[in-house]
Amino acid sequence: MAESQPGGIELQGVVKRFPQVTALDGISATIRAGQLTGLVGPDGAGKTTLMRLMAGLLRPDAGHITVAGADTVQQQHLIATGVGYMPQRFGLYEDLSVLENLSLYAQLRQLPAAEQKRTWERLLEFTRLAPFSKRLAGKLSGGMKQKLGLACALMGRPQVLLLDEPSVGVDPVSRQELWRMVGELTDSGMAVVWSTAYLDEAEQCRHVLLLNQGQLAFDGPPGALTGRLQGRSFRLPNPRGDRRHLLQRALDLPAVSDGVIQGHAVRLVAEADADLQPLQVLAASAGSQLEAVAPRFEDAFVSLLGGGPGGTSVIAELMEPVSLESDIAVACSNLTRRFGDFVATDDVSFEVRQGEIFGLLGPNGAGKSTTFKMLCGLLKPSTGQAQVVGLDLARAASEAKNRLGYMAQKFSLYGLLSVRQNLEFAAGVYGLTGACKQQRIDEMVDVFELRPLLDSAPDDLSLGYKQRLALACSLMHRPPVLFLDEPTSGVDPITRREFWTHINGLVRKGVTVMVTTHFMDEAEYCDRVALMYRSRLIALDTPDGLKREAAHHGDEELTMEEAFIRLIERADLSELPV
Amino acid sequence: MNPHMSQRFSMQRLLAITRKETLQVFRDPSTLLVAFVLPLVLLLLFAYAVSLDTRNVRIGVVLESDTEAAQSLAAAFAGSRYFAVTPTRDRREAAPLLTAGKLRGYVVIPQDFDRRLQQFPPQSVVQVITDGTQPNTATFVANYARGTVQQWLQDRGVMPTQPVALQQRFWFNPEMETRRALVPGALAIIMTMIGTLLTALVVAREWERGTMEGLFATPATPLEILTGKLVPYFVLGLLATALTTAMAVWVFGIPLRGSVFTLLFLSAVFLLPALGQGLLISTLARNQFIASQVALLAGFLPAFLLSGFLFEISSMPLPLQLLTHLVPARYFNSALQTVFLAGDVWPLLWPAIGAMFLLGVILMALVARNTRKSLER
Amino acid sequence: MGARYTRIRAQVVKEMLSILRDPKSRFILLGPPLMQLFIFSFAMTLEVSNIDVALLNRDSGAASVEFIQQLEASDLVRRTHRVANEKELARLVDTQQVIAGIVIADNFSARVASGEGGELQVILDGRKANTSQITLGYLQTIAGNVSATIQSHGSRGASDPATVRHWFNPNLTYRWFVVPSLTGILVMLMALMVTALSIARERELGTFDQLLVSPCTPTEIIIAKTIPAFLVGLVLGCVMMAAAIFLFGVPFTGSLWLLLVCMMLFILSVVGIGLMISSVCSTQQQAILGIFAIVVPVVIMSGFATPIENMPRVLQWIAEAIPLKHFLIILQGSFLKSLPPQQVFANAWPLAVIALVTLTLATRMVRSKLQ
Repeated sequence: MAESQPGGIELQGVVKRFPQVTALDGISATIRAGQLTGLVGPDGAGKTTLMRLMAGLLRPDAGHITVAGADTVQQQHLIATGVGYMPQRFGLYEDLSVLENLSLYAQLRQLPAAEQKRTWERLLEFTRLAPFSKRLAGKLSGGMKQKLGLACALMGRPQVLLLDEPSVGVDPVSRQELWRMVGELTDSGMAVVWSTAYLDEAEQCRHVLLLNQGQLAFDGPPGALTGRLQGRSFRLPNPRGDRRHLLQRALDLPAVSDGVIQGHAVRLVAEADADLQPLQVLAASAGSQLEAVAPRFEDAFVSLLGGGPGGTSVIAELMEPVSLESDIAVACSNLTRRFGDFVATDDVSFEVRQGEIFGLLGPNGAGKSTTFKMLCGLLKPSTGQAQVVGLDLARAASEAKNRLGYMAQKFSLYGLLSVRQNLEFAAGVYGLTGACKQQRIDEMVDVFELRPLLDSAPDDLSLGYKQRLALACSLMHRPPVLFLDEPTSGVDPITRREFWTHINGLVRKGVTVMVTTHFMDEAEYCDRVALMYRSRLIALDTPDGLKREAAHHGDEELTMEEAFIRLIERADLSELPV
Repeated sequence: MNPHMSQRFSMQRLLAITRKETLQVFRDPSTLLVAFVLPLVLLLLFAYAVSLDTRNVRIGVVLESDTEAAQSLAAAFAGSRYFAVTPTRDRREAAPLLTAGKLRGYVVIPQDFDRRLQQFPPQSVVQVITDGTQPNTATFVANYARGTVQQWLQDRGVMPTQPVALQQRFWFNPEMETRRALVPGALAIIMTMIGTLLTALVVAREWERGTMEGLFATPATPLEILTGKLVPYFVLGLLATALTTAMAVWVFGIPLRGSVFTLLFLSAVFLLPALGQGLLISTLARNQFIASQVALLAGFLPAFLLSGFLFEISSMPLPLQLLTHLVPARYFNSALQTVFLAGDVWPLLWPAIGAMFLLGVILMALVARNTRKSLER
Repeated sequence: MGARYTRIRAQVVKEMLSILRDPKSRFILLGPPLMQLFIFSFAMTLEVSNIDVALLNRDSGAASVEFIQQLEASDLVRRTHRVANEKELARLVDTQQVIAGIVIADNFSARVASGEGGELQVILDGRKANTSQITLGYLQTIAGNVSATIQSHGSRGASDPATVRHWFNPNLTYRWFVVPSLTGILVMLMALMVTALSIARERELGTFDQLLVSPCTPTEIIIAKTIPAFLVGLVLGCVMMAAAIFLFGVPFTGSLWLLLVCMMLFILSVVGIGLMISSVCSTQQQAILGIFAIVVPVVIMSGFATPIENMPRVLQWIAEAIPLKHFLIILQGSFLKSLPPQQVFANAWPLAVIALVTLTLATRMVRSKLQ
């Protein structure tokens, strides 16, 4: 057996069982110092359990874990000194200020008093939180909270840093900063483990551990996994007509294992050794051609886990096409909302056409939640108005609300009710009765394959099924307009694809979708994207339009994320005093 | 040796946790509400609203006889400071008032009152009817009505003075103000609230918000974490004691015959089992709702009902009497009443201190056993 | 209107399920209140029995012998500690080993015999205000009996100048008072808990937003939150009343139907208060502490612990606004007094007014919170 490096982690046959399930079933791997190791896997794969085991907070039922030379069970006290750990919902004390949180962790790690001040200053500068050092942690934006969490975890200059899903709910700008910080840390020789459901992040890691159902499905540099997909990734640039429809048709082909929309192109992954002929025919019919591209880690991940879902959404098939009296499904004009002195949304106006997917993007704290809440009637605007299907939410509230569906970030389901009772409740509050109600519920149960789970509690479902149930509840009354508030936050790529299959299908039936998201590749699915920053609307265009706008010169190809960051930076510059 | 204990106790970490906890106390309005406002409200209510010294009880006097003697007895009732009298001529008028709760009882001076006075010794010269739905008040009405008649009879010389009379003296509380007995007892309830309810809630909150996981990942030992949490609530408890005592002495005029030192010492010892109970509840429940329910059921209500504060323990059924020995407030209550009203009676205080200390040690040991630095349940 | 009915029904079903689906929460609803009913009804007694007294006897005459005999024969006195001197007596009182100390002076019997009248000195522990007063009452009864025995030379039986009759509860059974009153208090506590926590819980879980984007109006939401708490309170009340009648043997003499109607009014007024608490609180913890901060003073001022007429005038006015105060009168009356209908109405209309006020205020507060 290889001698473990002084600063790394050695996992030997680690088994962890819980009363219901075996969370980890014999994991052996080596995590090296001085590099970033990604821990990826679908929901429920055991990522958090492994993190807690490495932090010495749980004990393995079999096997050993050696972290920075110390056994997690025999020498737990050494683990606590040598390891920085940032749990998933990081335990910041929301009623303490930034500085007070830092000071608490500095003292818990027994930094000498002389060193404390220097360390804080270094960390505050490192995290760029210095201007906010007096602010209560609860008042920070999601991105700033994560940075503060990281600062606290870094306090004792640990040899090993464990970060459990640090980028959930963090906007691209803050995410970029987190990456920069972690990069500096690994350069200084620290071992960093970053667990994530976002595979573009995994791709940037030096080494990846891919967990699936408690087992290690892959262990190596991301390139090695991506390499297996060589020659299977393709792009259909600039197709004619509806690219979402094209994607759906492509996904229904047996030769295609996975596919997503990427700006004005459709990106596909073929099955191994598949006959590409039907695909070429399809491409030609859309006035495009098959273009081989380099595989991405996400392609490899999805393929390793058995490919993505098919292209056709049964729910959308069942639904009758929606037609509205007017072309405009959602509209707002001069929408403003103040909280005391603070203006959360400042004079925002736009219109969403029927059958459009409209994305609302922006960094944490930019005011998109406030705008979103006003649009679906959860908040009253201070001035201006919002209309849904031509109805003013302030006046015809009940009527307008009957025509919109809403799915919240946290999948707000009643945990005390069973799956069936949740569905019945959703049908009931939208006034469905009798045979119609029963029929709709049956449809939802069939489409989302909920039948075997009808009597279980939502809290016992996997994240993917929770999301299905939440979507089923919000679609029960067949709303012509659907509001989705960060619908895929923290959800793994496969579940996310399935979700978008449904959304694409619904939109084809004429449903209008309003969505907020931090996933830039999801923004690619949108017809148009509104970018909010500092309470104002700073850009509104198609995804490709935004990329063009952000590009420095004409033929520069940007990702959505790069475009986002540039536009924000540009807005910052324009606000500088002249 | 337990590997977790192989680490040295660090004063610096303890202070850090204490400081954090203190900051949180002062930033959470609901904590301050429970620690300072509620005690004030309770103290006010116990001082003014709960009064077992009954005065001006509403009774009726039914005067069926018009003689001078009957009038004189009616006047005696009217003049009593214990009663507020509604005079009537007919018991059919008084009875509905009794049913309606407008009167707590009535005295009938019968038609043949003068004839009855002629007997020696006079028997049943009047009839007293009480409202038995409230047994306390009924007993009071019966006793004081009887006393008033007896006094009147003696004053008129109709009845000889009793050969055996009692000369009573109430020690520690000569005027028999219930306030004097209740306010020290209220302190025990307030301290139970701070010690048990607040502690149960704050630790459960730390589990719910996931901050416990963050604390466990640092080198802080369970001992440091628990002690760090206890210290601020310990101090808060002593502050509340001081505040309540100051109010009791200066606002409500309750004497403090023992020394302030003894009082604080007692409070400090009592906080041991109270905090221990709160910690134990929260380490077992890890959920604020359940923690608060259990704290209410196992902490607050026993302090109210089984401490001898309102209800005499020796009159309870035996199983309940035995149960009261497990209630720390029982010892604290009698010790407090003694320190306030009697003084530092060490023969009474030492056993109480011993019992509280023992309960505290047992509870803390249970807490230590149930807190491992691990997320395993 | 049909859709509105469907929406409300769906919400009511949801509320009932979230209360009743889980066996644990079903237990929380019925278990602790019944447990409390049992424990309290035994613990709460202001009757005093098992009295321990200290006796310092310096006399050996006939009167003192007679007194001591009667004292020791009394059912209420558990132990008589004979002491040799005042110091020992003081120690027993100080350390609360006895509630009272009796000193019989050396000339006691002589004075009784001479007709001057003998005085017994009684020292009572003023720390226990209630117990010591009741003990004094018992000792006075014993002294009266002794006097009668001496005066009538043998034939016992006190010369009681007043015949006392306790209506409605001839033996003054304390439990007859405690159990019906506790029914009211516990119904109030449960109805408050169910309403106040339900909105706070939905807020914490995020399901409240889901409800607000649905077509349900604030009024519908409030109706839907009221009904389950109402039903839970009613069922709990009926179970406890049945327990009072059949287990504790408390006589029920009034009109059951009138009492049920009043209980409904009472629960409605309490639900209104619960809704107000929950519209102010954003977390379950705050709701719990809020309930706590309301219930304790309300119970103290409801007339349950001590008669309202003994309180300062201001507190008496406040007490009029407490639904529990009116309901306790109806409850006690219906159980023991066969309270006539006009008396029930006299106390029921304040309940109706309070219910109307609290529910209107609650609707306003919840509505303003929604926007």
